Amino acid sequence: MNYSASEEEAGLPDKIALERDVAARLKGFDNHRRNLIPILQDIQDHFLYLAPEAILMVAEHIGIGASEVYGVATFYNQFRFHPPGRHPIKVCLGTACHVRGGDIILENFERKLGISDGETTTDREFSIERVACVGCCALAPVAVVDENIQGHMAPSKVEGIVLGYKIERDRIDRERENEPGEPA
Amino acid sequence: MKKLTSVKDLEIVGRECASEQLKKPKTITVCSETGCLTCGSSKLADAFESEIERQGLSGTVSLRRSACLGFCERGPVSIILPQKICYLQARPEDVPEIVQKTLGGNEIVERLVYKDTQTGVRLACVDDIPFYKHQMRLLLANNAVIDAANIADYFAIGGYSALGKVLAGIGKDEVIEMIKGSKLRGRGGGGFPVGIKWQTTKDAPGEPKYVIVNGDEGDPGAFMDRSFLEGNPHGVLEGLIIGGYAIGANEGFFYIRQEYPVALENVQLAIEQARKCGLLGKDILGSGFDFDVKIHRGAGAFVSGESSALMNAIEGNVGEPRPKYIHTSEKGIWDKPSCLNNVETWANVPLIINNGVEWFKGIGTEASTGTKVFSLVGKVNNTGLVEVPMGIPLREIIFSIGGGVPKGKKFKAVQTGGPSGGVLPESLLDLPVDFDELKKAGSMMGSGGMIVMDEDTCMVDTARYYIEFLAHESCGKCIPCREGLRQMLNILNDITSGRGKEGDIELLEELSETLQEASLCALGQSAPNPVMSTIRHFRDEYEAHIREKRCPARVCKELITYEIDEEKCKGCGLCMKNCPAGAVEQIDKKQFKINQTKCIKCGACFTACPEKFSAVVKKSGKPQEQAVAA
Ligand SMILES: Cc1cc2nc3c(=O)[nH]c(=O)nc-3n(C[C@H](O)[C@H](O)[C@H](O)COP(=O)(O)O)c2cc1C
Ligand code: FES
Repeated sequence: MNYSASEEEAGLPDKIALERDVAARLKGFDNHRRNLIPILQDIQDHFLYLAPEAILMVAEHIGIGASEVYGVATFYNQFRFHPPGRHPIKVCLGTACHVRGGDIILENFERKLGISDGETTTDREFSIERVACVGCCALAPVAVVDENIQGHMAPSKVEGIVLGYKIERDRIDRERENEPGEPA
Repeated sequence: MKKLTSVKDLEIVGRECASEQLKKPKTITVCSETGCLTCGSSKLADAFESEIERQGLSGTVSLRRSACLGFCERGPVSIILPQKICYLQARPEDVPEIVQKTLGGNEIVERLVYKDTQTGVRLACVDDIPFYKHQMRLLLANNAVIDAANIADYFAIGGYSALGKVLAGIGKDEVIEMIKGSKLRGRGGGGFPVGIKWQTTKDAPGEPKYVIVNGDEGDPGAFMDRSFLEGNPHGVLEGLIIGGYAIGANEGFFYIRQEYPVALENVQLAIEQARKCGLLGKDILGSGFDFDVKIHRGAGAFVSGESSALMNAIEGNVGEPRPKYIHTSEKGIWDKPSCLNNVETWANVPLIINNGVEWFKGIGTEASTGTKVFSLVGKVNNTGLVEVPMGIPLREIIFSIGGGVPKGKKFKAVQTGGPSGGVLPESLLDLPVDFDELKKAGSMMGSGGMIVMDEDTCMVDTARYYIEFLAHESCGKCIPCREGLRQMLNILNDITSGRGKEGDIELLEELSETLQEASLCALGQSAPNPVMSTIRHFRDEYEAHIREKRCPARVCKELITYEIDEEKCKGCGLCMKNCPAGAVEQIDKKQFKINQTKCIKCGACFTACPEKFSAVVKKSGKPQEQAVAA
C-alpha cells in the first residue's frame, strides 16, 4: 500500500484534534475486552481508518498491549491502516461477479486511475479495494463507488464514472478560483 | 405502539393491525432493497407517494417500501395487492398511468407486466410468472406484505403469535420436541439437526446460556440472509426469542457482517421496536421470561462465520476457530453453553410453531424437511432469490424458475455450497436438491449460493478463484490449511497461466486429501471441494490447459488470443481507440490488426467492437501457436 500525498495536503485532522476525538469516543465504551472490536469499528466509521495514535489509545483503554490490538485489527478485512481516497471504489470479486467478469472491471479501474488494488491516488481522490460480495449478486458485476452500488458494470461505465468525478472536480476548482474570498 | 403485557394484549394488537390495514383496500409494494434501489426504486416509490396523493387516492391506497421481492433481474419490482399484479422495471414516468388505471381502477398496464420469453404472452399476476410459479415462498412471501421499519405490518400477518403460543403454555421441553419432530436442519451449511443442538445447550451445565444468530453470510455470491435481515428482521427475532425460551437463555446475539449496513440498521430498529412493545426485556408478555439481544458487527473474515471462531470474535478476540472436540453448544461464548443457528434456520422456527410439526414435515423430503432459499446468480436469465421445497431437481430451479442460460449459450455447471461446495455438471441436473444428495455428489448445500456457469466459464479458473479466496481467508492457525492452500494455489496459477506440468492434477488430489484429513476446522476440511469436484467432472479441461496450453472456455488470459477477422472488420477503429496498450495497429484505411507482443489481453477491443460486426474474435490457445496454425 502506498500513498504519497502529504498529510496536510489531504486535509487530515491534526494529531491533537484526532486524540481529542478518539478520547471522546472511548468514553462511550467500558473497558471490557468484548468492546475491542466495536471500539475499532466506531473509530474507523468516523476517521475512515485506524491511525497509530488511535490504536495506542484503544490499547490503553482496554488495558492490553498495542500489539494485541494490531493482532486483532489486522486479522479482519474491515480495518484499514491508511486513509482511503475521497471517493473509495470497491470492486466486487465475489463468485457471482467473478463469473460475470468482475476482474475485468477491477483492471479497468486500475488502469484508468493508474493505481493497484489497495492503493490510493497521489491526490487522494480515489482508492481501489477489492471486496468479496456486497450482496447484490443478481446485478453482477458490481462496484461500489462512494457507497453507491453500481450494478451491471461494464468497462464503458468505468470510464463514465471516473470522468464524471473529474468533471465535477474541475467545476469545483473553477468555482474556487472565481471566488478567492471563500475559505478553502 | 404501546407495551404489551400479556398474550391477550398481543392477540388484540394483531387483530387491530390487520383491520387497520383493511381500511385501505389496495396496497402498492415497491421493492426498496439494495438491488432494486440501484435500479431507481426509491424515485419510483417517491413518485407513487405523490401521485397517489395527487389523484386523491390516499384514503384507499397505501404505499409500502419493502425488502427483496426476489426478481432482482427485472428490478425495480412492484406488486399491487390484493390482486398480486406485478410490474417490472416501471419508471417514474409510468406512475400516473399505473395509479389511475390499476390503483384507481382495475385495469392493467400491459407493457409493464412480465412477458414470457418463449410464448410472448403477457402475465400480470405474480402467481402466473414462471419465476414465482414454480417456487414455494413460505419465508420470502412475507417480504411483499412487510415494511421492515413497521412492526405493525408484522403484527398484521400474525407476527409474534408463535411466541405468544409458546409463552401461553407450550413447555420448554415441548418446544424442543416440536423442533426435533419437524426434523428442521441447520440452513448455515452443515445441516445439523436443530432440535438436537437446542437440547444439548439446554442440558449443558453452566449459566448463563446464550443463543446466537449467524448472519455472517460469508459465502461470496449469496445474499439470502441479507434479505431476511433487511426484509423481515422480526421473523428472525421471533425465532430467536422462542429458542432462548426453550433453551433457557436470557441473552442473545445477532452476528451480522458489516458489509450489510441496511441489515444492521433494520435489525437494530426491530430490536428497539420489540423492546418498546415488551417483546424483549423483563417479563415478556407477563410470562416471567426475561430476554434481550445485542448486535455484534462482524468485521469481515470468512472463517469467523464458523461457530467457535464467531464466538471468539464476539468475545473481542481474533476470530479463529478452535478444535471441534469442545462443542460450542456446551462451551461457547465465555465458555458458557451457546446455541448458534443460521438466520434462515431461526426464521423457520415460528412457522413450525404456528403450523405444526406434521405440516412442516410434509414439505420437502424425508430427511430434509421444509423449504430452502437459494440465491440464484451467475449465467442465468432470472437472477434473484428463490425459495423451493427441498428435494426439487436442480433442473427445475435453473430452467423452470431461472429461465435457463442467457444468450443461447450452453449450460456447463452449477456451483452450490460456496467455497466449501463443488460444481455439478449437466449430467447431474436431475439430482434432487437436499442435504444428503448434494453431499453424495461431491458438493454441499452450504448456505444456499447457487451460481450457474455456461460454456464461457472456465472450470480450472473457477477452482483457482475459490482456492485464492480460501488461501486469503485461511486464519493460518493450522499448517495443512495454511500451507496446503498456498501450494494448491501455486499449482492452479501455473496451470491457468500455461505453466502446468504432467502430474499436477495428481498432486492437487494428494494435497486435497491431506487438507480434508488434517485441517483443524471445516474451512480447511472442505476447501478441496471446488478442486476435487472440478477435476472429477471436468478433468479434460485441466488436461487441455496442461497439455495443449489452451483454455477451452477462453477465460485464462495467458492461454487465449484476440484477433481481428479481416472479413468482418468494417474499419470503424473503435478497437484502436479503446486499446489501452496501443496494440491495435492500422494497416490500411479499412484494416486493423492486433500486435500480439503488445496485447495485454484486457478484452477492451472485444467489448468495443460493435455487436453487429463482431470482428474481434477471442481464440483458445497462445498467440504463437495461433500464428503457426494460421
Ligand atoms: C469457514 C466457515 C464459515 C462459515 N460461515 C457461515 C456463515 O457465514 N453463515 C452461517 O450461517 N454459517 C456459517 N458456517 C457454519 C457455522 O459454523 C455453523 O455451523 C452454523 O452457523 C450453524 O447454524 P445452523 O445449524 O443453523 O446451520 C461456517 C462454517 C465454516 C467452517
Ligand atoms: S458476488 Fe458480487 S455482489 Fe455478490
